[in-house]
Amino acid sequence: MILKKAEIETSDRLLRTLELGFKNKEDEESFRFIPGQFCELSILGKGEAPFGIASSPIEKTALKFTINKAGVVTTALHQIGAGSEIGIRGPLGNGYPIDFFEGKNLLVIGGGFAFTTLRSLVAYYLHPKNRTKVKQITVVYGARMPGLLLYKDELLEWEKRDDIKLVTTVDWGDKDWKGRVGLVPNVLEEIEPSSENTCAVICGPPIMIKFTFPKLVALRFPNERIFTSLEKRMKCGIGKCGRCNIGHLYVCKDGPVFSYAQLEKLPKDY
Amino acid sequence: MKLKLDKKNFEDFLKSLIEGYDLFAPVQLTEGVSVFKKIDNPGEVSLSQLVPQKSAKEVFFPQSEVMFRYQIAGNQGPTVSEQKIERERILLGARPCDIEAIAIIEKVFVGEDYTDVYFLEKRKKTTIITLSCNHPLTTCFCSSTGGSPFRREGSDLFLTDLGESYLVELLTEKGKTFSKNRFFKEAGSKEAGLLKEIEEKASKKADGSVPVEGIEKRLDLMVESPFWDRIHEKCISCGVCTFLCPTCHCFDITDEATHLNGERVRNWDSCLFPIYSLETSGHNPRPTGRERTRQRLMHKFNYYPKNFGRVACVGCGRCILYCPVQFDIREALVYASAKRGKGRKGKFK
Repeated sequence: MILKKAEIETSDRLLRTLELGFKNKEDEESFRFIPGQFCELSILGKGEAPFGIASSPIEKTALKFTINKAGVVTTALHQIGAGSEIGIRGPLGNGYPIDFFEGKNLLVIGGGFAFTTLRSLVAYYLHPKNRTKVKQITVVYGARMPGLLLYKDELLEWEKRDDIKLVTTVDWGDKDWKGRVGLVPNVLEEIEPSSENTCAVICGPPIMIKFTFPKLVALRFPNERIFTSLEKRMKCGIGKCGRCNIGHLYVCKDGPVFSYAQLEKLPKDY
Repeated sequence: MKLKLDKKNFEDFLKSLIEGYDLFAPVQLTEGVSVFKKIDNPGEVSLSQLVPQKSAKEVFFPQSEVMFRYQIAGNQGPTVSEQKIERERILLGARPCDIEAIAIIEKVFVGEDYTDVYFLEKRKKTTIITLSCNHPLTTCFCSSTGGSPFRREGSDLFLTDLGESYLVELLTEKGKTFSKNRFFKEAGSKEAGLLKEIEEKASKKADGSVPVEGIEKRLDLMVESPFWDRIHEKCISCGVCTFLCPTCHCFDITDEATHLNGERVRNWDSCLFPIYSLETSGHNPRPTGRERTRQRLMHKFNYYPKNFGRVACVGCGRCILYCPVQFDIREALVYASAKRGKGRKGKFK
């Protein structure tokens, strides 16, 4: 892949969105994915790491990834300039159950920089071609501070649309912040989204996921209609290296998307 | 077909193998420490240690393995894969437990969805000449995990030490290509009788009393059991059991490079290390020894069986022999199967 464009997303400058173009036309045509899948990105000399695909399958021209600068590979991904070559393996993992979502309402709950594949999911359904596939779309998205919200331009656009309800919240506001202040699980309690014919999709830090599950259960979401996308320290991405198992399932190939019903039966190794 | 190989011809036999194959066999590094290595000289081969310290998995899945090499110059350099094995290989002198373990790893590495080409290439190009266990150790419990000291499955040729000669059984098509080997002579009824006697004796010795049957179902109910609080206490997370285990197959992938060129390497890793599951964010899904010990035992006796229908333990006893704090997996299994409140109390030391 070739880096076409890169942009810093957040005020702490730790999140950078990369737009990658395919080097070979055939690869571009054969690369088919669904929201929620991930890829292994690789920089020779630095290593390889997994990242959720932030673009939606309907945005044909480029693949987007938002990278949190934390270790060796992610630092390298923050340093490379346009035109650089990046290795890619993917798409990997199961992705969100879009067939199951069909005809239902969607409640999307995101926290911090884990919003990437959720952005892919929402963008997928907001496309005119797909908008009728699900009914109401509600997005609850929280970050520690306003400056840490991803995809701000897009959030503004979503706010203007009447076919999606967007609720943003931050842990600490600043003088310009007009939205809600509060943790995602609490905000959820306040806005009380209906669970009727609705699927909930959560992606965020482990602590947020942990406290959001019981709130959804209290709102009468059945475990089978609560989904989350998990992360683990994976390497191979294809169920060989053994690093990402939760019980007998592997996050890389049986996930990363699991239903709460599935997770309830597994050890809490996540 | 039963043949025999006189021991006085054994070195010459090995020499003939080296001419046609890359031969891998146990080599004694120092007293009591044998490992599987590529053999250049027949004299190196040492079959005296029943359970070599490191298992034969290394022949198919090396501790450190280069996957591909590359040049960094402008990020444009060609990458050269290291998967191809040029010469056919022979693995000689591994015991039935190690051979059973290779099949266990193979189920993971050669899946319906994805295939580990590095492993498969080596597996396809290897002929396996197994050596029976005439005198199982006190730590051996293969008979409890579905194996036996004379388990022949997975072997192409099977050798039994009869004293002055080896009895040779050719078990597969690959094995039968050795039927005309100039060092093999036809075995008579004397050898056949001896084999029967040795096999019966050995089978009685391998411990079949460790409660492995039904362990998967029992562990299903024990995910949050206080059992794990107790069992992990003495483990010091050194990981030796996982490194020496013939069925453990977890690995890490890293790049080792200068500014000019580099290689992508995979190295054995261990679920007992705290850093194994530590994420860059600082979050660790398995924060204490409790979760890590649970992972090791559950993977072998619950998770793997769920995916592949058998336990991922072959009863070789290496983890018992080499654990620095005498953690005995057999005791853990007994403890796990004891009725709550009764046998469990105080049983696991």
